Amino acid sequence: MRKRSIVPILYILFLLLPIYWLVAMSFKTTNEILGGFSLFPQVWTLENYRVIFTDPTWYWGYINSIAYVSLNTVISLVAALPAAYAFSRFSFLGDKHLFFWLLTNRMAPAAVFALPFFQLYSAVGLFDTYLAVALAHTLFNIPLAVWILEGFMSGVPRELDETAYVDGHSFPSFFLRIFLPTIKAGIGVTAFFLFMFSWVELLLAKTLTAVEAKPIAATMTKTASSAGYELGLLAAAGVLTIIPGAVVIYFVRNYIAKGFALGRV
Amino acid sequence: MKTVNNRAWLFVLPVVILVAFNALVPLMTVVNYSVQETFGNNLFFWQGLDWFQQVLRSDRFHAALGRQALFTVTILLIEIPLGVVIALAMPRKGVWVSVCLVLMALPLLIPWNVVGSMWNIFTLPDIGLLGYLMNDVLGIPYNMTRDPVAAWATVIAMDVWHWTSLVVLLAYAGLISIPDAYYQAAKIDGATPWAVFRYIQLPKMKRVLTIAILLRFMDSFNIYTEPFVLTGGGPGNSTTLLSIDLVKLALGQFDLGPAAAMSLIYFLITLLVSWVFYTLMTRNEN
Repeated sequence: MRKRSIVPILYILFLLLPIYWLVAMSFKTTNEILGGFSLFPQVWTLENYRVIFTDPTWYWGYINSIAYVSLNTVISLVAALPAAYAFSRFSFLGDKHLFFWLLTNRMAPAAVFALPFFQLYSAVGLFDTYLAVALAHTLFNIPLAVWILEGFMSGVPRELDETAYVDGHSFPSFFLRIFLPTIKAGIGVTAFFLFMFSWVELLLAKTLTAVEAKPIAATMTKTASSAGYELGLLAAAGVLTIIPGAVVIYFVRNYIAKGFALGRV
Repeated sequence: MKTVNNRAWLFVLPVVILVAFNALVPLMTVVNYSVQETFGNNLFFWQGLDWFQQVLRSDRFHAALGRQALFTVTILLIEIPLGVVIALAMPRKGVWVSVCLVLMALPLLIPWNVVGSMWNIFTLPDIGLLGYLMNDVLGIPYNMTRDPVAAWATVIAMDVWHWTSLVVLLAYAGLISIPDAYYQAAKIDGATPWAVFRYIQLPKMKRVLTIAILLRFMDSFNIYTEPFVLTGGGPGNSTTLLSIDLVKLALGQFDLGPAAAMSLIYFLITLLVSWVFYTLMTRNEN
């Protein structure tokens, strides 16, 4: 038993190395970074972080990202909950084809659709809004949400539904007061994956925004190319993008492994 | 048994409308471009299937497709076995489970361009940790921006770093669903560890591994942001994978027709491979 724990330990070390390097860089001055190799920062500086927290183009990037990611999580969940219920409880005309069609939307290369997305959202007047990015991300998030939720819902015995109707609940009352609380762990896991995939996606988010809703990741790409070679600043911005994800993982740590496993595909 | 109820369509309708809006309109736009020629000014001319023939015959497409196939096969051959080995070696109970899961999930939650930037900083010759270790400690010349082999190795290492955890999480979820009784029975029969793996653990992981392979296939075939930020497709064209080539064609040269034809061919390849694989893996079920 002891001997085999070396494998996960080595793997985690491998995962942490680049992250450590990013964190170390973020506390170094530009001079030190370009001056040569040092494993630990020689002079600790918070200057890189100060720049980010005092410059609106930087900190608004974070606010924008969090805004559209949250909006996307809510929209995807609200739409996917009844659909997942339908897939788990009823068979209906074309249900299997519909399910596969939903999944195929993960296969379309985002790079291919960037330009048509730009044209579509400009045409409907949503360009550069949180709603545009949130709606665009439903393309790959809704299929995922339906898939995970369906797994959790199928784990709930159908007797629960029947007993509720016998007790005189109407469908909305049963769904909202009894069914949703029963699968709240599943909703939590789903929200985690929705948050994750919307948070890490950049190509569509960047294409659909200009100024008002620009994500933090786009601000970073711009800085990387325009402001010369400010590696420390770039590293600090990178470190700050890891934090929301880390907080979310911490809350759902006991459910993550179950999330995908219960799906039906 | 599920009840047959066609009114269930009402429940599915919001999802269908949202996904159709996002999927069908852009897809039709791409189809539209793929059969027309444009000289700017929003003037389009009917072109038929010429672009498709041109793309299918072009050396550039073959080269990008070859690089893409090599990349996807390599990362699948590394990530899937590695993920299974790590999942098998993970603790089953106790506080370390949470610690492992949280640390392993970390790379999955980093925005893709940050992953690229992070590896860029990590591999800089002489001032990045990996670059320093290779060049100055181990004495192996390593410069990703000049040497195609180093660039390939780095792009692959980055993807393994980024996505193996997804395979680990899925495989682990499959493993913990195996009841203890199975292991006890195997012990009574005096099964070797290999037999336990081959006849108990692997069959139980088949479903989740199917999901893992499908997700890794689809996502690696569409990979764009991370290698673009890390290498920009270089040196030369050595790490120009399909999506990078496509964006160069569509937005760099504004060749919308060929780019649209290429993206449809590319989409169909992904769809076909996924479908064949999915059908093969699930044919014994039910």
